[in-house]
Amino acid sequence: MFGKLTLEAVPYHEPIIMGTLGVVILLGLALVAAMTYYRKWGYIWTEWITTVDHKRIGAMYIILALIMLLRGFADAIMMRAQQAMAVGDAAGYLPPHHYDQIFTAHGVIMIFFVATPLILGLMNVVVPLQIGARDVAYPLVNSLGFWLSAVGAVLVMISMFVGDFAATGWVAYPPLSGLQYSPTVGVDYYIWSLQISGLGTTLSGINFIVTILRMRAPGMNLMKMPVFTWTALITNILIVAVFPVLTATLALLTMDRYFDMHFFTNELGGNAMMYINLIWIWGHPEVYILILPAFGAFSEIIATFSRKPLFGYKSMVYATSSIGILSFFVWLHHFFTMGSGANVNAFFGIMTSIISIPTGVKLFNWLFTMFRGRIRYHSATLWTIGFMVTFAIGGMTGVLLAVPGADFVLHNSLFLVAHFHNVIIGGVVFGCLAGLTFWFPKVYGFTLNEFWGKTSFWCWLIGFFLAFMPLYILGFKGMTRRMNHYPHADWQPYLIVALVGAVIIGLGILSLLIQIAVSIKDRKQNRDLTGDPWDARSLEWATASPVPSYNFAVTPEITSLEQHWDNKQSGRAYVRPAKYDPIHMPRNTAVGFAISMWGLLLCFALVWHMWAVAVGSLVAIVITFVVRSYDRDVDFYIPAAEVESIENARYERLQEAA
Amino acid sequence: MSNSRLWARLAGARASCLRAAPRAACAALLPLLLSGCDWALFAPKGDIGVQTKNLILIASGLMLLVVIPVILLTLYFGWRYRETNTRARYEPKWSHSTSIEVVVWTIPCIIVAILGVLIWKTTHELDPYKPLESEVAPLRIEVVALDWKWLFIYPDYGIATINQLPVPVGTPLEFKLTAQSMMNSFFIPQLGTQIYAMAGMQTRLHLIADEPGVFPGLSAAYSGPGFSDMHFLTHATSRAEFDAWVKQAQSAPQKLDAAAYERLAQPSGRMEPAVFSQVQPALFDAIVNLYMHDHGTPRATAKQLALTQSLEQAIASELCSAN
Repeated sequence: MFGKLTLEAVPYHEPIIMGTLGVVILLGLALVAAMTYYRKWGYIWTEWITTVDHKRIGAMYIILALIMLLRGFADAIMMRAQQAMAVGDAAGYLPPHHYDQIFTAHGVIMIFFVATPLILGLMNVVVPLQIGARDVAYPLVNSLGFWLSAVGAVLVMISMFVGDFAATGWVAYPPLSGLQYSPTVGVDYYIWSLQISGLGTTLSGINFIVTILRMRAPGMNLMKMPVFTWTALITNILIVAVFPVLTATLALLTMDRYFDMHFFTNELGGNAMMYINLIWIWGHPEVYILILPAFGAFSEIIATFSRKPLFGYKSMVYATSSIGILSFFVWLHHFFTMGSGANVNAFFGIMTSIISIPTGVKLFNWLFTMFRGRIRYHSATLWTIGFMVTFAIGGMTGVLLAVPGADFVLHNSLFLVAHFHNVIIGGVVFGCLAGLTFWFPKVYGFTLNEFWGKTSFWCWLIGFFLAFMPLYILGFKGMTRRMNHYPHADWQPYLIVALVGAVIIGLGILSLLIQIAVSIKDRKQNRDLTGDPWDARSLEWATASPVPSYNFAVTPEITSLEQHWDNKQSGRAYVRPAKYDPIHMPRNTAVGFAISMWGLLLCFALVWHMWAVAVGSLVAIVITFVVRSYDRDVDFYIPAAEVESIENARYERLQEAA
Repeated sequence: MSNSRLWARLAGARASCLRAAPRAACAALLPLLLSGCDWALFAPKGDIGVQTKNLILIASGLMLLVVIPVILLTLYFGWRYRETNTRARYEPKWSHSTSIEVVVWTIPCIIVAILGVLIWKTTHELDPYKPLESEVAPLRIEVVALDWKWLFIYPDYGIATINQLPVPVGTPLEFKLTAQSMMNSFFIPQLGTQIYAMAGMQTRLHLIADEPGVFPGLSAAYSGPGFSDMHFLTHATSRAEFDAWVKQAQSAPQKLDAAAYERLAQPSGRMEPAVFSQVQPALFDAIVNLYMHDHGTPRATAKQLALTQSLEQAIASELCSAN
């Protein structure tokens, strides 16, 4: 019944972990008590857990990402503290066994459970609004996708308290991740949490491709799509193309571990390099999956706050698309040092540097969007300009790493660590936080506090440079990544500076949380009455804030790229329609939540070899699915009168604002 | 602002390294980076390292030609076209200019074209498999990554070392590498290029030390709990000193036969440097072929096969006891 799971699996002897567990239990109990006291269970269930509304699902993705950011950051600060201490004979405070799990968990959490949910969250909130749709193509699949990602995160969190997590690095190279050298359940937690959340991501990818290709408002041809939607389209095509590779790679690793096969270990003629090639065939496009929507967000923001259309829209579209294609031809640059021939290395090196052409064009286009504009320094603008400066450096170090001769000495060094944090923090994180500030009012109906937003920006920016510039230097000094301790005393000062930088980034995260709390407290003063607080340009700003469940009372007709802006210019914006029709909407459902909960049980059971439980939960998933297939009550109409009263309230607010 | 300044300073620091200017020049440029000229990759001690350093500087310089103007323009445009500066020109409808588009596509294309040629040339020049041209006969060294230490076999002298690598100055070093189980990366920063050491496979690497000295080496690929202790020192000495050391090593009391290798192959933490004499012949090939059983080794001698089998048994029993 319980497979390998015994009470021994809980690490009672680890004070750090037990302390964390205590805090988690206390916070959980406090949350349950508060929800019971304020009688919020029904509200949470009907309005959030069972929702199929893309805006709410988007908001939940972002909440998930922010919670996991705290965990991922806690890992980061522990690593920085360990490396700042552990010089010479000093062992630091984290033994390798614990430290190795922390850097693995940090990478996994930041990529899969922070960056990915952030971009999926933003796409969920923004894409249907930008294309004038009522919802995504498959609302239930959207809900399922979110809950599958969420239970993946839950599984990673469980691994901290029951059993252990992988101690292999975030891409889990064999033979280290094979059964012989990682005999505990750590790698199994890794596999199943990525498999279940990866399934969620793939479903979202399919959903968004169909949504963008099939559900655009009449008149919106592809070259009238806002740039953010373009980047979302390319990103989702990449998701659908490469996540199955990850699934297959992890499935082969699973067979190595569960059925004693040797795809990736030498014993029966397997080869670890096959895994390393496969994981990076997924892994490199994954980088662009994360960065492209961030580019999209910056494009929308810089145009809005420069009060000009985006410079070179067509260039942006072609640049985005070519990055998407090129991203499939560069994976080998992650292991030039495996001993491949000079022709192979040179090919992949040149392909990688070619990606810098469309990326460079994008930077120039943002630059010329600012040129002859009237730039308003909202915090979203600060994130964007901070990004442009930071990303230029990160892009340059990336191309340097793409030069095989240079990579031969920089590979796996802290220079590499600095580079990918440079582009992920400076690009993806800045982009998502900018997008969060920018689009927040569309979901919640009020704007975020600017003081704390700007404080957060400066902490992140300064913290980033303090934390990672020393790492570039340490790379030049020959320090490699993932060291638990090191013999060179001259490395230590740089690592102390890096720790200080990490602490300042921590203050940035704290400011972000304060910003959200203060904004909720002051939500009455900061209400967005018009639905267009920044005097923006694309369709999402044409509807109310918070956006009503049906998005647009009347489906908009598209005649130009910047529909809302042009409507405002020509006086066609905010015109009351002659009459309203009933609106066809999907009904809320608990199916996505239920399947995911069974999925969590299934994955937990598979981790611990609890075969009976695994079979039982798999059967439960199939039954839930079958029952849903026979459910005919999946949609409803919002009566025209109700639409009218909601819209009338909106026009009153518009008048109030005017 | 701070970024561009920092990078300008960095570029300055690098440039002065290239000219081998005195350390004081560096210090004057940037007090923060006092030890700039001690950075391992910018203080190479062999020809491969020197070429790599120059490549890094040339490629960085080429990219800085675009990156610095982009950063400066970002800050300038951000300042110039701020909302409050009403004297700046405002063109609310301007969003296209064919000539600007041509320029912004052309500039990165030119840079990448130059970079592409540079990549093609240097990747072939710095190919780790390419033997170095020299009048001096190369020294052959066989490297085995063990859990968690380095075994260096000098097949021409019948000696081996753990976690220390004595080499003669000015002699091309011809490495063959493999691993017992975990993948590691063999890296001596001041000599240049690293390469993976992988079980069941053999890689090659050619390096040279042009100056005497002690150069730290390490594993650059995480390989498990003992990974951080997989460092060693490369002692580059004159040929005479090296020959003397070889003589001494050949009479070292510890011998490296199959049984001794079995003991070494057991996972261990930090290991002090050690020297072995009378290394079992063809030990390296036997380790590479460890997983081949009796397939695919047509040229393997009966002796080698017997050794492989005894190693396999040893490892099987090690794994049984580990589980």
